Amino acid sequence: MSTVIAILVLGVIAALFGALLGFASVQFKVQGDPLAEQLDALLPQTQCGQCGYPGCKPYAQAVANGEAINKCAPGGEDTIKKIADLMGVEVQPLDENHEADNSPKVAFIIEEDCIGCTKCIQACPVDAIIGTTKQMHTIITDECTGCDLCVAPCPVDCIEMIPVATTTQNWQWDLNSIPVVQIN
Amino acid sequence: MESVIERIERGSFWQFHGGIHPPEQKFLTCTKPIASAQIPEQLIIPIRQHIGQAGNLVVKVGDKVLKGQILSACDSPMSVPIHAPTSGTITAIQSMAIPHPSGLSEACIILTPDGEDTWKQRHICPDFHLLSKIQIIEKIANAGISGMGGAGFPTQVKVSTLAKIDYLIINAAECEPYITADDLLLQEHSPTILDGIKIIDHLLSPKNILIGIEENKTEATDALKKATADIDHIKICVIPTKYPSGGEKQLIKILTGQEVPSGVLPSSLGMVMQNVATCFAIADAVINDTPLIKRVVTISGQALEKPQNVWALIGTPVGFLTRQCGYNNSKNRHLIMGGPMMGFSLPHDQIPVIKTTNCILAPSEIEIASPFSSTSSKEVECIRCGQCADVCPAQLLPQELQWSAKAKDQAQLAKLNLFDCIECGACAYVCPSQIPLVHYYRVAKAEIRQQKLLDIKAEKAKVRFEARKQRLEREKVARAEKHKKAAEARKARMNTDTSAAKSEKSAVADALARVKAKKAQASIKQNTAENDSEDATTTTTTTSAAESSNTSTVDITVESVAAVDDGKSQVANAIARAKAKKLAQKNQAQIDSLDTLQNNESPSSLTSSQAAPVVIDRKAKVAVAVAKAKEKKRQASAANSPSSQVDIIDTATKALKPNAVNLDSVSDDKATQAIDKKAKVAAAMVKAKAQAKMKASLGTETSFNNLEKSTTNLESNIDLGATSECDVPAQVKNVEAAKTKKTQGEPQTVSNIDTKNLDRKTKIAAAIAKAKAKKLAASSDKSPTSE
Repeated sequence: MSTVIAILVLGVIAALFGALLGFASVQFKVQGDPLAEQLDALLPQTQCGQCGYPGCKPYAQAVANGEAINKCAPGGEDTIKKIADLMGVEVQPLDENHEADNSPKVAFIIEEDCIGCTKCIQACPVDAIIGTTKQMHTIITDECTGCDLCVAPCPVDCIEMIPVATTTQNWQWDLNSIPVVQIN
Repeated sequence: MESVIERIERGSFWQFHGGIHPPEQKFLTCTKPIASAQIPEQLIIPIRQHIGQAGNLVVKVGDKVLKGQILSACDSPMSVPIHAPTSGTITAIQSMAIPHPSGLSEACIILTPDGEDTWKQRHICPDFHLLSKIQIIEKIANAGISGMGGAGFPTQVKVSTLAKIDYLIINAAECEPYITADDLLLQEHSPTILDGIKIIDHLLSPKNILIGIEENKTEATDALKKATADIDHIKICVIPTKYPSGGEKQLIKILTGQEVPSGVLPSSLGMVMQNVATCFAIADAVINDTPLIKRVVTISGQALEKPQNVWALIGTPVGFLTRQCGYNNSKNRHLIMGGPMMGFSLPHDQIPVIKTTNCILAPSEIEIASPFSSTSSKEVECIRCGQCADVCPAQLLPQELQWSAKAKDQAQLAKLNLFDCIECGACAYVCPSQIPLVHYYRVAKAEIRQQKLLDIKAEKAKVRFEARKQRLEREKVARAEKHKKAAEARKARMNTDTSAAKSEKSAVADALARVKAKKAQASIKQNTAENDSEDATTTTTTTSAAESSNTSTVDITVESVAAVDDGKSQVANAIARAKAKKLAQKNQAQIDSLDTLQNNESPSSLTSSQAAPVVIDRKAKVAVAVAKAKEKKRQASAANSPSSQVDIIDTATKALKPNAVNLDSVSDDKATQAIDKKAKVAAAMVKAKAQAKMKASLGTETSFNNLEKSTTNLESNIDLGATSECDVPAQVKNVEAAKTKKTQGEPQTVSNIDTKNLDRKTKIAAAIAKAKAKKLAASSDKSPTSE
């Protein structure tokens, strides 16, 4: 008799917990992949596609699924280090296929040469180019991520990438770089 | 419990944590009167001299300005206007080195004084009580006053606070070991400073006014006491000398015993602090209607013959002031702007004095070694003595901060409250290892700020990227919807029983039938071509193989022509042409294939070269060019045939060479005859097309030999052709040359196209040519790599 009671009690408890877990899995379901979200937050969001994925989020998802962590060229070593920390894997050097130069740049349209073909507008991942057919285009510098994607589609090569100038606002206190003139 | 005021009256104060006693050097300058301002040859006025945004310029180069005239207007409360320090002419507005540790340049107005020092119209207001508070605040804002103690916070923001103010604290502590600017100002201008204090008192109505002054300024204290003798609620607090008691939070702690929490403005604790120099400027602005155009600057240091305080116009180059004080410039020395504790080295002496500049230090090598000289001290390892933590006035852990700053551990730095560091330099001063601690903190602060900006930017980019994705999706759906609707509408229309619907139906049926017929034709041709090519591969290198390949080539050309032309008549024409060609080919098939090619080539080139000089009409020229291009195309596709031998390619390239020469000679002829350049551009375009096609077809060849030949062919083409398609600049040049030729030739030829139209057309043609050249260059780039 006591065995039956024990089985019954355990069975009821098991059923209760089962129901509870089932309820929780429906009610508190986490939308999306939390790891991919975390990885996405580490990426520089230039949406440049240099990693081979159409944007930062797809690459974050790919990394979460086991893609190599060293494909983000704009992020550089810092981003690789952060991803490695998060994923608990070894830090790898940046993929050789990517340029090592990840200094911040913005695109610039040489406006006299622009023929208004809108190809760069279609290529821009963050809609930072304004202009329309047969009208001169220009870049919204503040929105440009420096991803380089508009350069290749331009049929007349009128887009160039300009390094962001150092101002007193973004100066990094590199005292050794000050052009000091000895006063005579 | 004893109240703050009772305590102050008793003469006992609180103490802030830490602090140091660097050797006093105030004796160098504190007994000499302030020298009057002299006007330099040139004033360099940075547009932004404070924390916040720069104002909008209201003057332009060449403008004559009067003393005190406004140079930049402001629309936001965090921006401060600037004024002309003397009368003169604006000679330039350009980027110049500004007083900043980085030595970077920012926009500056260059004012060349006329020496007359003519004032603008001023409205002197002897009694400020007649003005409303808003008027006074407006006056302060228009006078361009920002905090003159160091940070340069816009003053009108401070004096228009709505918070209930218990204590107005006047900062006369001036704790930096060299600076005596405020001291001298108090000694000489106590009554004016008091007027300024009264104005702030009127604006804020604080319960008490505390003037914090260090005990080493006895004369200034006496002057202040005399001036404030009859005012009850102003308390002069003589505090012990200790660096950095002049810091805002430190002085608040000394006087009231309260600590200002991290990230909170003192006004939320019911306190406002003003510097004495700011009080002076406020009085001057409100009573005398004088904007902030000059200030007292301490020029000190043992490298000077007569260190003293001077009234300096804003924008005076530092070199002008040091020369005035007998700067011994025989040896290489460095200049420091600000005090020795918190100042920074200047890159050169053409840096201007700005509203926050209180001191220029020209130390001798013994006093303060130049950081750029070899004798300057070298940093060694931290010995963990903890002296830095003892002296830190902000009660931070400098040593820990240093580790984290070096490791770039931003999370840890935030935990250690890096941003509460006031960069007073006390820790670096006491460090036995001579670690430039403050420097590490500054670097870390800049990095964190930068990272924050990047994070914001990344977030914005992410949002925009997502928004774009959604937009594209939306557009796709909308397009699909539109198509669906259009199709439904069409169906509905066709189902109605009208004559229009019927005709439409029949048209659709016709089109379908045509498409089917075309398909059938194409498949038949495909089959024959395949059979031919199969034959070609099975048979070895014989003439028969060459023949069969030739026929297949023609088929391919026919197909491509048919595909390109969509108009019915065009297709028909093309087919007719192709058939004619085929016939010609078959006729010549008996002869060796090599001969065929060359024979085909020579007559056409002959005709073209003959035709060119004779025919002036450009339409004819275009026709010639088109014919040539077609010839080339055919040639190229012949080379492309699956079984084509090295021999064939060879002859093809050889045949092309004279062709290129021909074309060039044609264009040369044209040039000499000064015929409208449109034909030339068109010829270039066609040529480019043909070349691109040939290039592409050659690129598909697996044989390395062929590839090499093709490239050499291309090169020779470039060499031979005055119009080289691979070279964009050359192309552009060509167009330009054509342009000039056109202008020369116009009197001779009757051109019915107006120049404007031509110009535009040329531009378009140039762009197209450029684009094509780019494509070609890209494909030629690709072919070596693929090989």
